[in-house]
Amino acid sequence: MAILDKHTILEKNVTLLAILSLLVVTIGGIVQIAPLFWLENTIEDVEGMRPYTPLELAGREIYLREGCYVCHSQMIRPMRDEVERYGHYSLAAESQYDHPFQWGSKRTGPDLARVGGRYSDEWHVDHFRNPQSVVPESVMPKYGHLENTPIDGKYIGDLMATNAFVGVPYTDEMIENAQADFAVQTDPFGDFDGLIERYGEKVNVRNFDGQEGISEADALIAYMQMLGTLVDFSTFTPVASR
Amino acid sequence: MAKEPKHNQEPETTGHEWDGLKEYNNPLPRWWVWVFYLTIIWGIWYTIAYPAWPGIKNATAGYMGWSTRANVAEAIAEAEAANAGINEKLASVELTAIQTDPELQGYATSAGAAVFRTWCAQCHGAGAAGAKGYPNLQDDAWLWGGTMEDIHYTVTHGIRNEDDPDARYSEMPAFGEILEGEQIAQVANYVMRLSGQTPQDAAAADAGEEVFLDNCAACHMDDGTGDKFQGAPNLSDAIWLYGGDYDTIVQTVTYSRYGVMPPWSERLSEAEIRAVATYVHQLGGGE
Repeated sequence: MAILDKHTILEKNVTLLAILSLLVVTIGGIVQIAPLFWLENTIEDVEGMRPYTPLELAGREIYLREGCYVCHSQMIRPMRDEVERYGHYSLAAESQYDHPFQWGSKRTGPDLARVGGRYSDEWHVDHFRNPQSVVPESVMPKYGHLENTPIDGKYIGDLMATNAFVGVPYTDEMIENAQADFAVQTDPFGDFDGLIERYGEKVNVRNFDGQEGISEADALIAYMQMLGTLVDFSTFTPVASR
Repeated sequence: MAKEPKHNQEPETTGHEWDGLKEYNNPLPRWWVWVFYLTIIWGIWYTIAYPAWPGIKNATAGYMGWSTRANVAEAIAEAEAANAGINEKLASVELTAIQTDPELQGYATSAGAAVFRTWCAQCHGAGAAGAKGYPNLQDDAWLWGGTMEDIHYTVTHGIRNEDDPDARYSEMPAFGEILEGEQIAQVANYVMRLSGQTPQDAAAADAGEEVFLDNCAACHMDDGTGDKFQGAPNLSDAIWLYGGDYDTIVQTVTYSRYGVMPPWSERLSEAEIRAVATYVHQLGGGE
């Protein structure tokens, strides 16, 4: 056929083949990716979502550094068994301020998307120090070094500015007060009114690791304890068409 | 597509030639061609039946009305409907009546075991034997009481948490700020004797009795048997939540302890809470 004969031109010209291949892949990519920016069911707006507080953001960085995502997912799939075990299925909006998101694809440990409030702070300290002391059958490694590693949040403002650059709604005020907010979240006797005003009533202000000073365990537990708690599912009505 | 070759004729070639080797241009098998056409037809049907083609704001929904959210809601509703009758009964009868009704008792124990393994095992252990700082639920020592009402209240509201205003609450002072080091040593020795152990220093244990009566007896009672209304543990038995050796007792007295349990009323239904209370109650030590 004539049109198939023309294909030999492509087969004999590697530059032309590369250019046209790129064109085909580009079209395919646009068709797959571009609609996601406008389709209403991928940009669902959910009440209650807020950016991470400086301490929680630092905890998230520790989560990434330690590679927690290798064994833990943060994505409750819409299936009955998952919903009964972990709670309401995850919404896209719940990871809208995650750069990068932590959905994960491997569960050696349980899903952590709604671990917030499920255990006490003390449990988390015990569990990070020696997971087998509370869950004998666990294969999780020990993370006792976290509670012995102090952090000061010196660069947390820069990290928030970077997040703001990629679209997380951190205000200038939040970034200016980053280090103060970072410190006061572990101090229930401190002046944390500004922190609450900026990040909302639901922010946990506690001495998470039960020790003096701010350790990496404080940050990671602060992050753990807010995971999946922002959206109030008693008032949330899922749109059925998704 | 190439024509069928005739039997007495060489088949047509593609016209390519590499060092004298030629490629036949035989037709594909018929069954293969037809399966190929069928997959194209199936593909078109699939994008019509299921959500597929993106528009500007919405994608086509598909005539089958398929939705993951609807599917999971349906699966949950189906499971709930299957147990609706017995769950309703479980949630509405008197707490003490659950164990006298064999049907309810059997259901609540099995359902409670499932709830326990999902929500409670991380602290209290898969076999409910507890861990250091997390009470053993297999024995008959109860911090806040082991009747059905007590267990039900504890599971519903939790202990010393900030989320539920009705949570059980009490706070042991950190006696490191109140007592002298010597007094702490004395009372620790006295507590060892109370629990039937040999104190490290018998003279200190004698002196510790007065310290105990002045500072500890208000909650732990004069004889050290504790008070379930305040979650004050019995110190006269051999059961320890954090440890009964001298060093651990000194640490407990100096810095105090503050065990927290989350409230479960928001995560579990009333029937689930009653089921797990029944399960815990029948483990061995229910009062």
